[in-house]
Amino acid sequence: MSTIADQQLQLNSKGQLRHFLNISGLERALLTEILDTADSFVSVGEQAVKKVPLLRGKVVANLFFEASTRTRTTFELAAKRLSADVLNINISTSATSKGESLKDMLQNLEAMACDMFVVRHAQSGAPHFIAEHVCPSIAIINAGDGRHAHPTQAMLDMYTIRRHKGQFEGLNVAIVGDVLHSRVARSEIKALNTLGVNEVRVVAPKTLLPIDVESLGVKVFHTMREGLAGADVVIMLRLQRERMQTALLPSEHEFYQRYGLSRESLRYAEPDALVMHPGPINRGVEIESEVADGAQSVILKQVNYGIAVRMAVLSMAMSGQMAEKNTLQVNR
Amino acid sequence: MGKDVRASKKSLSIIGGRLIDPFNGRDEEVDIHIAGGVILALGAPPLGFEAEHTISAQGLIVCPGFIDLSARLGEPGFEQKGSIASETAAAAKGGVTHLCCPPDSFPVVDSPAVVRLILDRTTQSGQCLVSPIGALTQGLAGEQLSEMAALKEAGCVAVSNAWQPVKNNQVLRRCMEYAATFDFTLFVNAQDASLAAGGCAHEGAVATRLGLAPIPEAAETIAVVTHLLLAEQTGIRLHFSQISSRTSAKLIAEAQLRGLAVTADVAAHQLLLSEENIDHYSSLSHCLPPLRSQADRQGLREAIAAGVVQAICSDHRPHENAAKSRPFAETEPGISSLETILPLSLRLVEEGLLDLPAMVRRLTVGPAEVLGLKSQGLMDGESADLLVFDPEKRWRVDENTLISAGKNTPFLGESMKGAVLATIRKGALVYQA
Repeated sequence: MSTIADQQLQLNSKGQLRHFLNISGLERALLTEILDTADSFVSVGEQAVKKVPLLRGKVVANLFFEASTRTRTTFELAAKRLSADVLNINISTSATSKGESLKDMLQNLEAMACDMFVVRHAQSGAPHFIAEHVCPSIAIINAGDGRHAHPTQAMLDMYTIRRHKGQFEGLNVAIVGDVLHSRVARSEIKALNTLGVNEVRVVAPKTLLPIDVESLGVKVFHTMREGLAGADVVIMLRLQRERMQTALLPSEHEFYQRYGLSRESLRYAEPDALVMHPGPINRGVEIESEVADGAQSVILKQVNYGIAVRMAVLSMAMSGQMAEKNTLQVNR
Repeated sequence: MGKDVRASKKSLSIIGGRLIDPFNGRDEEVDIHIAGGVILALGAPPLGFEAEHTISAQGLIVCPGFIDLSARLGEPGFEQKGSIASETAAAAKGGVTHLCCPPDSFPVVDSPAVVRLILDRTTQSGQCLVSPIGALTQGLAGEQLSEMAALKEAGCVAVSNAWQPVKNNQVLRRCMEYAATFDFTLFVNAQDASLAAGGCAHEGAVATRLGLAPIPEAAETIAVVTHLLLAEQTGIRLHFSQISSRTSAKLIAEAQLRGLAVTADVAAHQLLLSEENIDHYSSLSHCLPPLRSQADRQGLREAIAAGVVQAICSDHRPHENAAKSRPFAETEPGISSLETILPLSLRLVEEGLLDLPAMVRRLTVGPAEVLGLKSQGLMDGESADLLVFDPEKRWRVDENTLISAGKNTPFLGESMKGAVLATIRKGALVYQA
């Protein structure tokens, strides 16, 4: 989507977040605001009573049209820590499997006075479609759409990087593996460039890179030796086993030999390089166990920060959407 | 429309218009007199002729009716999208007096019964001539030859497998040989099924950014090459329908130079839109073939200007709202485009790509030659199929101005320059603004 269109759809008339669909269209200051807000929520998880009342009385519906355990759980925890009422809708047994259209189903939920939809969908652009054409007055949070975007995952990765590296300036970040199918990679690339890192690299065989990938703002490498040289952050992507069946890769073995992150290949990176992975990890396929559990790995911390970052996004979007509604009512 | 157009088969004079008739190389101000469904005279009226109806065409263009090589009608099988009555009325409003409908209706046009159904429904409610294109294979399944001899007898003007793949090259070769036996032209929507599988957008920077599954250019060009090589061997006449890539146009030009009987058309919107138009997940710009790069669009424009591509078609595909109201990849491809074919083609004139007579040629003589029609254009004794248009008149595309049942066009809300004022089919006024 063009930056301007993305901006118009995601921000209210005061420039505040009202839907969170995509990193594109959001300026550096807003991304920083999300990270700063998340900072203030990290401590909530450490309190005895892990709740703040920001979304009290609001109904958040988790609409996962694609299976997910971790992301759905962290969104649920985030909403509950904000004191919202959470509705988990199991889509596979619900309406769309009975032939009801996505549009009809969501309009029904809207009629039940939901305030926010957290949407994961197999089709790229589905949350945009909902925000633009179906339920514009409900705050829509993209929890992953097709190959397109996974902006909360990208923001929790940004949070992790800032927390451990202090700043973005000067960092070289390498993203390794299946970029072709990865919504995480697309959102991370956009976020890293917006936040001003020195260089974003992708490391993969050509079969796992989309056409014109350079246009996303990356340098392309086909070997770990070159791609990881001088890297401050190494983000490994999950490799789905189905990829072997579709002539994208010959075998897990060859992929692991060339593109797996082992103790040996990690040595190409800076000695204090962070090792990250959006999960769930395939040990021995894209990452060696010793590296995943090693001193440089922040994989489990990513999961923990995910709750605070999602709290930040949920509370900001809800407040931006409410402000927009109030403005409209005043103007009416 | 509200007007009783069906009853208006009166004698008619069109006075003072600029007649552009590329069939006869004519471009001059001349009056036309029509009676009994045919052209009675050009210039001075026959002695004692008094028209019951006169159209004053000062400052307007008069030309032969447009021939559209691809327009889907909804009927039979997809009546929620349109009917022969609604879509031929849209054709008349667009200046189209003759259209070809692809065989991928339901049921598929693979038997004389379906051909007769379409022709009968057109007789009952049609506002233009409808020529069905027969299915190349039974059920378009790509495996068994269709009964082409019977389809020819029933009135099919060509055969095609539409966007459905033919199982393998052996079957395709047999299809070509059999179709050539009955002097059919094979209409080809060139697409390699395996390369296009699951795709919904041109493989390029936009699809990469949006995370949409791509249809690479090679899906089309490989199919073009395969068809050209097999056609060279089997001797069939080939017509490539709705090409979308610059390389396809080059390959076709080379084949034409080698002396192959090969022609091509392009949808008007492919000459004006490009992959950037889907940038906002705009399902109204979701097309098949996909809107490609600006370089492709430029290549297609050059091919249209050079005459490598002989015809501009509408590639009309009306849809109900629900078909476009889903996440992008799940929406049905296609644009409701019969009513915008004239103003879109006029943009090419305005941009200096074609002059007005050449534009009219791409909408009349070009497609007539593809179909092997014997039409002589606007001459004494010929069927009076023509239109009067104002190249300057502005109108706005919206749900009310479109009479097609399909309101699915990315040009919704846009101002168009150029409007049909009257369409005459077999001497009857089938549309008047």
